[in-house]
Amino acid sequence: MEPSTQKLIHTFGALADLGQEIAGTGDFSEMVRTSLHLLLGTLALRRGAVVECSGAGPLKCVALWGLGDQSLNGLEIDDEERQAFLAGDATASLVRNESSANGFLNRHRDKLAAEGIELVLPMIVRGEVTGLVLLGGKASGEDFSSDDFETIRAMVRHIGVGIHTHRLLEQVAQRAAENRRLYEELRAIYRDTVRAFAAAIDIKDKYTQGHSERVGKYSEIIAREMGWSEEEVEGIQIAGYLHDIGKLVVDRDIINAPHHIDAKSSSELSRHPSAGYEILAPINHPYADIPLMAKYHHERLDGRGYPDGLTDEQIPLGAKIVSLADSFDAMTTDRPYRRRRSFEDVVRDLRENSGKQFDGKVVASFARAILKEVNGERKERRITKMLGKGYLEGEHVETLLTDLITDLEREVSAKAQSL
Amino acid sequence: LDTPSGKLVRSHCVGTTAVVYASDYLNKLTGEKIERECRRQLSCGCRALVIDFSDTKLVNSIGISILLGIIDVAEKSGAQIVFSDVNHQTIELFEMLGLTRHVVLAKDEREALISLSGFETTPVVH
Repeated sequence: MEPSTQKLIHTFGALADLGQEIAGTGDFSEMVRTSLHLLLGTLALRRGAVVECSGAGPLKCVALWGLGDQSLNGLEIDDEERQAFLAGDATASLVRNESSANGFLNRHRDKLAAEGIELVLPMIVRGEVTGLVLLGGKASGEDFSSDDFETIRAMVRHIGVGIHTHRLLEQVAQRAAENRRLYEELRAIYRDTVRAFAAAIDIKDKYTQGHSERVGKYSEIIAREMGWSEEEVEGIQIAGYLHDIGKLVVDRDIINAPHHIDAKSSSELSRHPSAGYEILAPINHPYADIPLMAKYHHERLDGRGYPDGLTDEQIPLGAKIVSLADSFDAMTTDRPYRRRRSFEDVVRDLRENSGKQFDGKVVASFARAILKEVNGERKERRITKMLGKGYLEGEHVETLLTDLITDLEREVSAKAQSL
Repeated sequence: LDTPSGKLVRSHCVGTTAVVYASDYLNKLTGEKIERECRRQLSCGCRALVIDFSDTKLVNSIGISILLGIIDVAEKSGAQIVFSDVNHQTIELFEMLGLTRHVVLAKDEREALISLSGFETTPVVH
């Protein structure tokens, strides 16, 4: 093979490798080191370095080969010297060229020559000198040819763009991380505010303190059991916290009545889902459908709920979940006119009302979540803690839940087949 | 030594000479392993290196740069270096780039060891 052909193939191979290296998203230092290696290997140069500059001042070494770690310490560049690099051609960058008008070369000539550096080329990106590439002589001992200068200039341009791109990507990544942190902080503030609201709602009702917080947690547990995404789970937890926000506009005496309320008061109390919707709708929530979940948490599958008497498919799934969480907490906490119901009684209620008041799939999911705590499959016992010690104890609890899940799954399956 | 491709960098010592076998494609991944092995052998007291290219079909530009680095380290250690069993195409590349000014080329490992025998001093046990 003709030497010129061989050289061309070797150079093309190096350029292809350089392009691949620069386009990669790997470690920045490794990218620069490999790029320098490729440049040195293309012309068999025995030593070299890549230094960065951001404005006038000391140069920062980012890669070197065949030189001591400290060998380039003390190199500096000023604005005038940077301008000289922008104006000069490659041959003007020969260290031994004593007639060079480049102040940087004149200032550092002795040091560079002592380290075996023969050529200094600027990395120019968008009209700015972003760094320098310092190169030693060829292993062949020959002078640099005009072809060599062309090859070196092309590769240095590539390396300069590569470094610039990596630096830009780093800045973008830093900004993205900062934005992510700020976003997380805002979300945390939002969550804390919502919880404060939930506490404010519950304070109005002296008999149901902690109700909104528990509904939020039960809703979250059910949604997670149903396979919702983390974001959706967070959203429904917020909906649970805020589902009763409409009670803020209901007379405190009606909410705190120590007995069953009359029809007028009941009608007043029934306004709270719609009032809640009106309060929540103008707010730009980070999660979807929170106002609707508050509005429809008293709807029933059989159409006998309020405020709109919606039926099964018309009710958003989130509202069905909040509805079950709300009712479950109402059944399992003491009220002014009754003690809380036994778990056996609650399970019976859920079974009887599945398909009428509650969605069978939602009830089955909740039952599965409770069962996982009861049988020890789930170590974190959040439901058990909310219900208090002893409420979920006893062998019959596991049987009740297993039977309920089996029956509901059978019903859901039969319903699906009939459609 | 394990290469990233799972293949071993083979090497052995003959007296104070270390013979290191280059892989079929001398690039960044395999070159750095060979360089490490050469440095290890030199730090263990080897006074000469033979890099055998009998399996090597191709050397890319990073491979060239790494070989220059090995030559540099060997020169600084006062150790001799011989490349053996280099294929015709790679010899042309080494000549074109000037590597042959710094290393001796030998037909095979045996010839490389013979060429170094005058250089050998006391044996070193690894």
